[in-house]
Amino acid sequence: MKTPPTAALEVRNAEKRFGAIHALKNVSIEAFPHEVLALLGDNGAGKSTLVKCISGIHALDEGEILIDGERAHITSPATARRAGIETVYQDLALFDNLTPAQNFFCGREISFPKWLLAGLRMLDHKAMDSQSAAVIDRLKVRLPSFESPVALMSGGQRQAIAVARATVFARKVVILDEPTAALGLRESRKVLDLILQLKAEGNAVILITHNMEHVIELADRAVVLRQGRKVGELKPSRRTQQKLVSLIVGATP
Amino acid sequence: MANAGKTGLPADGLGPMPQKASVTRLPLTLRLLNAGPVLILGLLIVIVSLLTPNFLKPINIGNILAQIAVIATVAIGQHIVILTRGIDLSVGSNLALATVIGGLAFRITDSSALVMAAMLLSGILIGAVNGFTYVYGRLPHPFIITLATLSICRGLALQLSIGHTTMRGMPDGISALGGSNFFFVPNSFFVVAAVALFTVFMARHLVWGRWLYAVGGDPQAARGMGIPVNAVLVSAYIFAGACAGIGAILLAGRTGAASPLYGELLELDTIAAVIIGGASFLGGRGHVGHALIGALMIGVIRNALNLLNVNVFFQMIAIGLIIVVAVEADVLRSRLEAKARAVQAGGAQS
Repeated sequence: MKTPPTAALEVRNAEKRFGAIHALKNVSIEAFPHEVLALLGDNGAGKSTLVKCISGIHALDEGEILIDGERAHITSPATARRAGIETVYQDLALFDNLTPAQNFFCGREISFPKWLLAGLRMLDHKAMDSQSAAVIDRLKVRLPSFESPVALMSGGQRQAIAVARATVFARKVVILDEPTAALGLRESRKVLDLILQLKAEGNAVILITHNMEHVIELADRAVVLRQGRKVGELKPSRRTQQKLVSLIVGATP
Repeated sequence: MANAGKTGLPADGLGPMPQKASVTRLPLTLRLLNAGPVLILGLLIVIVSLLTPNFLKPINIGNILAQIAVIATVAIGQHIVILTRGIDLSVGSNLALATVIGGLAFRITDSSALVMAAMLLSGILIGAVNGFTYVYGRLPHPFIITLATLSICRGLALQLSIGHTTMRGMPDGISALGGSNFFFVPNSFFVVAAVALFTVFMARHLVWGRWLYAVGGDPQAARGMGIPVNAVLVSAYIFAGACAGIGAILLAGRTGAASPLYGELLELDTIAAVIIGGASFLGGRGHVGHALIGALMIGVIRNALNLLNVNVFFQMIAIGLIIVVAVEADVLRSRLEAKARAVQAGGAQS
C-alpha cells in the first residue's frame, strides 16, 4: 500500500490525564486517505479516549491534531465535524422517531435564509431528501422505506444509516467505534463492505474493533495501544496475527 | 432465501431478504394503530348521530366547535411540550390568570388589541417561567415546576381579582372573537384553525420543529449533534404558555368575563386530548392533528352524553376509559415496532 505524503489526520504527542489516571502517554498516530487504520488495544488501553479527543468530546492536555498537515483547533464535536472528521459511535445516536434523511441532517439541517437565527430558518426538504437519497444510493444501502422512522429498522440497517450519515459529511476522516459489536454475522458483513467503500472513496478510515478477523481482512495498518502508550504499529496479516495479539495483551512472544 | 419477492424488505440494510408474510403485515397493523383515533372518532360520530338526530344539526355542530375551541387551542400547546418528553400542568391556571390580567387591563383601556396583548403576554410570561426554571434550575422533570406554577397562577389570579369570582365585561373585539358566529361556524373555530396551521408550519417547515422532534426522540443524542437542547425546551414551554394565553382570549370572549376560576382541570383535559388523539406520551411522536382529534373526541363525547341525558359523571368515566385505551395503544405500538425490527433483522425470529 503506497501512502500519499500528507496524512489526512495526524495526532502528535497526545497526552491526556483524568485526575490520577494517565490515559494517553505521548501517543502519535497518522491516518492516510484511501487507508483503513485499525486502532487496537485491550479495554482501558486508551483507544476510546484517543477517539474522543479527535472527535472533540475531550480536549487533549498536550499534543496537537493536524488535518491535512495543518493544525486544527478541535474544541467540540461541532468543530471536529466542521474539520471533516465524522465519528460513528458504538451506541449509534440515531433518532428512532426520525426518518433516515432526517437523521442524516439532524443538527445541521440545510435551511434558509441564512440571516435568520438557526432555529427559525426554513428547512430545505428537497435538498436534504435528494442528498441523502444520493448517498444511500451510492453506498448501495437498501432500506425498507425512506419515509418510515428508523425505529422500524433492524440493527444492521440502523448501523448502515449511521455509517451513511458519517459519509454524507465525511470529507477526510471517518472514525468507527466497534461498528459491528452489536450485529449478527450477515449484518456485520454488510457494514464491513461499507467500510471498504468509504476507503475506496478516499477517506481515511479509523476502525476500532476487537475482532481480529476484521482487522486482518480490512486494515492496511494497525496501531496497538496498551496502558495509554503506543506499543506497536504493523501491517496486519495471518502471519502477524500472533504478534498483534501479544502486543495487545502485553505478552512477550 | 435468495429470491426475495417484490415487497421483500432487505434484511440488513443491503442485501435482499427472505420474504415473510409477517413482514408486510406488521407495518399495516401499525398503520391501523396510527389511524385508530380517527377511526374511533368517525365511529363515535356515526353512532351518536344514529342515536340522536339533533347531533348533526348545524347549530349543534357549531356548539361543539365553540365548546372545544379552548381545549383545542391549549392542547396544541400541550402537544408541543409533550413532544419534548415534557408536561405542562400549569396551563389551566395560566389561562385563568391571563383572563384576570385581561379583566384588569379592560378597566384601564377599551382597546381589544391591548387587552388581548395583555392576556397573551401573561400566558407567555408564565410559560417562560416554567421553561427557564425547568432548564436552568436543572430540575429532573417539568412536572414539579409546572405543578408549582399551577398553584401560584391560581393564587395570583384569585388575589388579583380581589374576591370577585367573575369580572364582567370584555372589549367588543374579544367578545366577537370568542362569542360570535359566522353563519353557524363560531369565530373561535377560525382562531383554532389559524393556531393549528401556524403550528403545523412551525413544526414541519422550520428547523425549530425538527429540533423539537430530535429532543423528544433522544435528548442526549440531540446534544451530541449540536442541537441547543435547552433553548428548544424553553421555547416549548413558552409556546404552551402562548397557547394558554390565546385560550384565555377565547374563553373570556365567549363568556364576556374574566374569572380566577376558569380553566380548572384544563391541564388534564388537554393532556387527555393529546394522548387520546394518538400522540406518544413518551415524546418525539405526534402532531397538531392528534391534539385536534383528541379535543374533538372529548367534545363529541360530552355533547353526545348531554344530548342523550346521560349523567354527567359518566362523561368523566368515559373519557378516563378512552385514555386507558389510548395509552395501551401507544404501548402496543412500540411493541409492534420492536417486533418489526426483529423481523427485519431476518434470521430466527418470526
